[in-house]
Amino acid sequence: MRYLPKSQADREAMLREIGKTHIDELFAPFPPEYRLRGDLNVPRQMSEEEIVTYFKQRSEEMVADHTLMLGAGVYHHYRPVVIDALISRGEFFTAYTPYQAEIAQGTLQAVFEFQTMVCQLTGMEVANASLYDISTGIAEGALMAMRLTGRNETVIARTVHPEHREVMRTYTQHQAMPIREVGYAEDGRIDLKALDAAISDKTASVIIQSPNFFGTLEDVAAVADVAHNKGALLVVGIAEALSLGIVKPPSEADIVVMEAQSFGVPIGFGGPHVGVLATKEKNVRQMPGRLIGQTVDKDGHRGFVLTLSTREQHIRREKATSNICTNQGLIALVATIYMCIYGRRGLRGLAMQNLAKAAYAKSAFGKNAKVLFNEAPRFNEFVVQTKEDPKVINRRLLDHKIIGGLPLKNWYPELGNAAVWCATEMVGKEQIDTAAKAVRG
Amino acid sequence: MSPVDNSRIKKVRQHISQNEGLIFEKSSPGKAAYRLSALDVPEVDAESLLGAQVRDDLDGMPEVSEFEIIRHFTRLSTWNYAIDLGMYPLGSCTMKYNARVNEVVVRMDGLANAHPYLPPEMAQGALRIMKTLADCLIEICGMDAITLQPAAGAHGEMTGIMLIHAYFDNKGEKRKKILIPDSAHGTNPATAAMCGYTVENLRSNDQGMVDIEALAAQMNEDVAGLMLTNPNTLGVFETEIHKIADLLHTKGGLLYMDGANMNALVGKVRPGDFGVDVMHLNLHKTFSTPHGGGGPGSGPVAIKKHLEPFLPSPILIEKGGKLSFDYNRPKSIGRVKAWYGNFGMHVRALAYTLANGPDGLRQTTEDAVLNANYIREKLKDVYELPFNAPSMHEVVFSHKLQAAKGVKTGDIAKRLIDYGFHPYTTAFPLVVADHGAIMIEPTESEPKEELDLFIDAMREIAREAQESPETILTAPHTARVKRMDETTANRKPILRWKP
Repeated sequence: MRYLPKSQADREAMLREIGKTHIDELFAPFPPEYRLRGDLNVPRQMSEEEIVTYFKQRSEEMVADHTLMLGAGVYHHYRPVVIDALISRGEFFTAYTPYQAEIAQGTLQAVFEFQTMVCQLTGMEVANASLYDISTGIAEGALMAMRLTGRNETVIARTVHPEHREVMRTYTQHQAMPIREVGYAEDGRIDLKALDAAISDKTASVIIQSPNFFGTLEDVAAVADVAHNKGALLVVGIAEALSLGIVKPPSEADIVVMEAQSFGVPIGFGGPHVGVLATKEKNVRQMPGRLIGQTVDKDGHRGFVLTLSTREQHIRREKATSNICTNQGLIALVATIYMCIYGRRGLRGLAMQNLAKAAYAKSAFGKNAKVLFNEAPRFNEFVVQTKEDPKVINRRLLDHKIIGGLPLKNWYPELGNAAVWCATEMVGKEQIDTAAKAVRG
Repeated sequence: MSPVDNSRIKKVRQHISQNEGLIFEKSSPGKAAYRLSALDVPEVDAESLLGAQVRDDLDGMPEVSEFEIIRHFTRLSTWNYAIDLGMYPLGSCTMKYNARVNEVVVRMDGLANAHPYLPPEMAQGALRIMKTLADCLIEICGMDAITLQPAAGAHGEMTGIMLIHAYFDNKGEKRKKILIPDSAHGTNPATAAMCGYTVENLRSNDQGMVDIEALAAQMNEDVAGLMLTNPNTLGVFETEIHKIADLLHTKGGLLYMDGANMNALVGKVRPGDFGVDVMHLNLHKTFSTPHGGGGPGSGPVAIKKHLEPFLPSPILIEKGGKLSFDYNRPKSIGRVKAWYGNFGMHVRALAYTLANGPDGLRQTTEDAVLNANYIREKLKDVYELPFNAPSMHEVVFSHKLQAAKGVKTGDIAKRLIDYGFHPYTTAFPLVVADHGAIMIEPTESEPKEELDLFIDAMREIAREAQESPETILTAPHTARVKRMDETTANRKPILRWKP
């Protein structure tokens, strides 16, 4: 086997040195009746060429060269080549979690930079080293709010991504945490009156997403007022991180959970992506996940360490703030490099381009179909209601190598033939025009 | 203090290490590492579109050139130790070679750019990869079904314990406790607590194994299950595993196996055969997906048939050669993550499995166990073995012989850095007296020469502990930075840069 650096002679020599004659003597602790006598039934050993061919075939069974006008929680943005050049360095991708600070300063400093940039973008004061993704992050946010308030109910907007809501229900099913869902108003944002009615003196947090699943920007400040008035915390999920290039950060929130997939992370059939949780400084000791802190070494040189680990499972065990251990380190590095590349002006410029594409697309679609929630501000997604089933439209668009919007019927039957469409900077005017024609039906 | 003698270090010598500030400190207005493509639609006025929600500025975000970014992160990378540089013997972490072909195939267009909401007929390739990997893992574990959805080991644990919970809920039984051996990883009790269970500790016997009598005494109809790592965190296989499984099953409980140490079992024995009901795997350990400086991982959960109705939704199904997802799962615990898990890790793990085949997987396990036992044999006269039971893929010593001179496991670890190695896992598992564990897992990836250098380094440090303990207590001496002031970092946390 080509990855194994030993000859048969090496193996025999080593066995002799430990006083054994056959390798199976080392497996004596396995009860004999359970030992495997033959081969596992898995495919035979392949050459590198065979492996590449196998995956090339699988890759070709996918639709890959089409224009994506489909977002819905994962966004197709350009990935600068610098990212893969850097993360392919073995020193980054073959390192472990930075437990030994003296020989992990590279990872530690990069994560410190990540935490800083996430704070700057979200308007929060502290950010963790990452969570698995936004869906699990929303659940962690709800649990954290319970710990902070000592209350046990959660109110969540129906305009939060349906899968993220589902994950939160799974995570919290044994926490005695009643969940109330609040619908949306005519402008596609959370219904503030219904929200006010749904919050009780037991509500730990109100959870919204902005831009929400319909692409609409929630009025974060107004939601914060309603929540805070009743002593509940506000958790804001941001699934499209690039929106923060042009949209005001949700500084009024108590907890922000952001998905950073937009920042240079391949869509990759849904993962790995990278979530991050940010909050106000006073809440730091209830945060889940790893935190990197700045300090000095014995000689006074600046350095970085994993810190505040008394929150974590390896110290606190069953009393930890979360069971999370391995998170999304390398993907956080991807996002960090991306944020450096675009930086202060580029993120804004790119966000402006997305805004322009979606505005153009929205008006083009509006000529042939009904754009819902048209009054509220949005970033790069919009909902279109058509005469035809959107699945039929999408099938027609395949001839033009365009993947159309996500039909909403499964989750929002009241919207009828509606789909949420997305236009990032990767979608050309020509494709938008083609799609806009197709929705006419 | 006498000067530190580094003359006996064989594996490394020092070289130039570049200084590098924070990226923010290189920033100045007007520099840029990007150029936007020409916009083919009319420009818009953000203020008129977004009103009060328009953002003024992105204060503090860096402005740097492309080459500065390359240098910045390249310099940072050189401050890291990595498996590519040498042995990384962190116990229970299984730091093995991360094959480059895995990185190539995962970046293929059809896989890297596939949207998770593609209709299944347009995503057969990705689904086939998941199905093939699932089949391989089921076979390797000797189980009946699997979910690839969990994103890491701890996430898999949560999924597995929730499956157990759902199983009892479905039977109308309210069991309150999960038993966890005192040698367990911290994620085990943290997970049980997240799932609403009370954790009851199970003590180990003098061999570091589950105390069967204690288990028999603690096992009753209030116990939902036992979370067992096998081999356990001492690298010891629970030889009475079938008795353990029987004890649980007789009282209606289920056996959960933490598969963190599966690298000792693959191709030699299957957990499903010895009575495990539910287990997770860490693809970033046993199946060589890169650890990435702290993830991403992947934690598939394999189960026996009686838990199948409760698997996270959706599940992958095949009809007439076509794959799709089944969302209609009324008894499911629900989704544990958006979409289908860390798919990129599934691709890599399958590439690893295909590169190995059944013979390679078995040889891998044999080499991993051989390496650990070789280290044990060569160090057992200078480091105490707190438990004498045979080692599988890792060996756990204690610092008892060195602690007499004030040298503890954490200090030895720091000195090992000077010798050119990443330290072993320190102070864990907790069952080693005085938190003195020295937990070494070499994996199959180390050639004999690297093992011999490691052994030599550990022996030199044992000698230094007797002759010049100060050298160890002040280590590392040759790393870029000295020991960090962690106390201040904790007391006055600085968690971000500020302008």
